[in-house]
Amino acid sequence: MNGKILLIILGMAAATYLTRIGAQLIFARAGSPGWLERWLKHVPTAILTALIVPQLLLPQGYLDLSLNNSYLLAGIIAAFTAYKTRNILLTIVLGMGVIIILNKLIS
Amino acid sequence: MEKKETRQQQQTGIWWEVLQDCLPMCAGYIPFGLTCGIMGRTAGLSTFEITFMSAAVYAGASQFIALGMLASGTAGWGLIVLTTLLVNLRHLLMGAYMVPHHLKLPRPLGYYLAFGLTDESYALVASRSDRKGYDALYNWGVNTLLYLIWILATFLGALFYQSIPDPLEWGIDFALPATFLTLLIPRLTNGTALVVALVAALCAVLGALYLPGSWYIIVAAVAATLVGGMMERSNTHER
Repeated sequence: MNGKILLIILGMAAATYLTRIGAQLIFARAGSPGWLERWLKHVPTAILTALIVPQLLLPQGYLDLSLNNSYLLAGIIAAFTAYKTRNILLTIVLGMGVIIILNKLIS
Repeated sequence: MEKKETRQQQQTGIWWEVLQDCLPMCAGYIPFGLTCGIMGRTAGLSTFEITFMSAAVYAGASQFIALGMLASGTAGWGLIVLTTLLVNLRHLLMGAYMVPHHLKLPRPLGYYLAFGLTDESYALVASRSDRKGYDALYNWGVNTLLYLIWILATFLGALFYQSIPDPLEWGIDFALPATFLTLLIPRLTNGTALVVALVAALCAVLGALYLPGSWYIIVAAVAATLVGGMMERSNTHER
């Protein structure tokens, strides 16, 4: 293996693991304080939203609220399906079907 | 004897849960892993090198960025490692959410479970914890299964990189946002959660427009979590 690449991979691995274990290291001695649990209650909602919304509204890197944005349309349909059925597989299959059909129609 | 059987049944039940919950995530993981393998070969890495990267780093977005930097040939060790650190800072927040659970486990197990922390494993484990309570075996199963799939997909992508058409063009990159949607929607059951989601959405869009890289995820998540925390506190004061 190329030495330069090996060093880069090891550096990246160390940096990434540091971000993953950081919270445990910080709180390992004192234990997790009560306020932390209360404040972190909404982390999943916040992270999931922050991951989803830009992928639907800015699929090409710029804000696209037009009907040509197949991700936005598929996202709305998927959100509605998820809300009504709570069925993950159905939501994905329907959403991807919409994307594939729309992409064919647009291009 | 009977007690032992119920515990075994419980464990089997958890394994089924792991498989069931990971299946939709695979629809997103496999194409991204394949793409990672293809990109690695395109950037000049060998099949072994890119597979080793997936096994050691195990963080898709930062791997894509690093491969892009490697391919352009302009970035050195320091810049690539620093960028990786910044792109993955969001793990700190997800890790903090896991801390109350992980600190109750034997330390090595906590460290192992931290290694498998990704957007996807976090989304599954956090959702299950809020629904049915945290379970270390579930956490372990999800982490390990997704990790193995990521490595295998990278390896296959690198091996067959000349004969696979770009998987991200199949529209399959919608699989992950769709999966996340099914995990997000059931959480939006009260006013506080809706406000948190709205703040996160607004900050994420503004951040994606005006901030470099993936800073928008951290900025939006921190802002929305703070708003949620403040609303929780004023709610308890009222009572």
